[in-house]
Amino acid sequence: MRFVLRRCLGAPPTLAGVLVVAFLITHWLPGDPAVLFASNPSADAGAIAAIHEKLGLDLPLWRQFLIYVGAVAHGDLGQSVVTGQPVARDLARLLPASLELTLSAFALAIGLALPLGVAAALRPGSLINHLCRLVSTAAAALPTFVTGLVLIAVFYVLLGVAPEPIGRLDAFAVAPPAITGFLTIDALLARDPSAFVMAAAHLALPALTMALFALAPLARTIRAAMIGALNADFIAAARANGLAWRTVVFTYAFRNAMLPVVTTLGMTFSYMLGANVLVEKVFAWPGVGSYALDALIGLDYAPVQGFMLLMAAIFVAVNLLVDIVYGLVDPRAGFEADA
Amino acid sequence: MRERNASNLAALGLPALLLLCALLGPWIAPYDPNASNAAIALQPPSAAHWFGADQLGRDILSRVIVATRLDLVIAFSAVALSGVVGSVVGAAIGYFRGFADGAVSRLADVLMAFPLFALAMASVAAFGNSVANVIVVTAIVNLPFYIRLARAETNIRRDVGYVEAARVGGSSHGRILFVFLLPNILSPLVVQASINLGWAVLNAAGLSFIGLGVRAPTPEWGVMVSDGAQFISSGQWWVALFPGLALMLAALGFNLLGDALRDIVDIRSRW
Repeated sequence: MRFVLRRCLGAPPTLAGVLVVAFLITHWLPGDPAVLFASNPSADAGAIAAIHEKLGLDLPLWRQFLIYVGAVAHGDLGQSVVTGQPVARDLARLLPASLELTLSAFALAIGLALPLGVAAALRPGSLINHLCRLVSTAAAALPTFVTGLVLIAVFYVLLGVAPEPIGRLDAFAVAPPAITGFLTIDALLARDPSAFVMAAAHLALPALTMALFALAPLARTIRAAMIGALNADFIAAARANGLAWRTVVFTYAFRNAMLPVVTTLGMTFSYMLGANVLVEKVFAWPGVGSYALDALIGLDYAPVQGFMLLMAAIFVAVNLLVDIVYGLVDPRAGFEADA
Repeated sequence: MRERNASNLAALGLPALLLLCALLGPWIAPYDPNASNAAIALQPPSAAHWFGADQLGRDILSRVIVATRLDLVIAFSAVALSGVVGSVVGAAIGYFRGFADGAVSRLADVLMAFPLFALAMASVAAFGNSVANVIVVTAIVNLPFYIRLARAETNIRRDVGYVEAARVGGSSHGRILFVFLLPNILSPLVVQASINLGWAVLNAAGLSFIGLGVRAPTPEWGVMVSDGAQFISSGQWWVALFPGLALMLAALGFNLLGDALRDIVDIRSRW
């Protein structure tokens, strides 16, 4: 328990640093937000000065930062000029789309990487080992936006089996009643199989694109961890005691190999959050990534800042969770941290 | 064993080919990369134009070849910058420890809390949309990895025999750091840098794909893929595919090079 507490205390300083960085970066973004707020590029100097004062842009930087921190503490991430909505509400509305994409890609990547990595570790020098090496080396070199475009060209343009790569549903289709915000799950909850098929079909290509991106580090780590576990003394002991090969591999080696893999899972998830921007742009996916990108191009500060904060907060939370799970599953990790 | 040789050949061959294109690009390219010719606009690959032509009738093969230099310059400069700065800073805080160690390590944690691409994207927009800033930003978002690695490697060596001997012999801290410690921690850092090159190529191209950094009409792989993206749905796949393939081969070549170097340095991770 002490270990969990210690790890939780480590998160706030990082989050405070994240706030400073997000604030500074958006402060340096070009363009004058007051001009955008005046929604008239030729607004006279007096009007712009009035808006500066209203937005607090005439205050010294540290006062602006304090005001910003106070607002964030109240859940106020500012107002988007482009959508005219509070950023927090926009992000809450769009986050499920991004999460549905990222999580299904994550599940897909793990589903591919686990058997590949384990099989490669069990048979060094075999065909499957070379296949694992080939797949993970090639996947690591794939730029997500090119993978996405190639998948569109093959499955939508050439074969015609995928829906038009725009958004989460066909144009004019009615979304199932929003419960979780994950369209596939909402469609199932609404007992609407045709909506489920449509949502899943739209999800397939972007999720595959992102899964390929995550495949390489996962397969690599799983294989290395599994080899490490198989070479451990307790495996030799288990085999010497006459345990079945299956039991040795899956109960003894696999469980122990999963520990280092958990850490890689956290890192990979964070990379995927960043790659979201590119995948969402290619597939016109209405998530937080394309929202932030549109805002960035439109010189709309607040959404970019909100997006960065959200991503960093998710990252810190995921890593905290990984560390805690790790500490609970492997008591040694906890003791080391306490020592 | 034969497969290992094949992959090592690719590990050397692909980067060599890229370097050749980067050095001699303008002379190898069969056409002027910026000359447009409306008569051949969006023509598919043919004997005269191996990779086809884009929407302005420019030869895609020539543009892909000429773009190599810019893409490699961005990736190499970014990796060199973060490698050198990160190694020296990391080694210094690992050697001296104290307040600077805590402060720099915290800062590295904060930078690592942002998804790399999101941080790079916002920073390029903030510092100004230019190629120089793409290089600096790519270097900055990568800095924490070098700092951590150099710090950890120095930390385990700061009290070993040869360092103590140097200290007793009257070497200054600077001399111990640069003459005794840095050369000894160099090989993991070089491996990290070569693996990083592939990532840097993809990152810079990703930024120009979303309109940051290099901009049209400059031939650059990310910009060209972005140009070609709008023609995918109408079936003109070659506009985006060939620069995308070049990008992939570049990343693949540097990744293989990194793997080969890692195999030499660290036998445990060998396939």
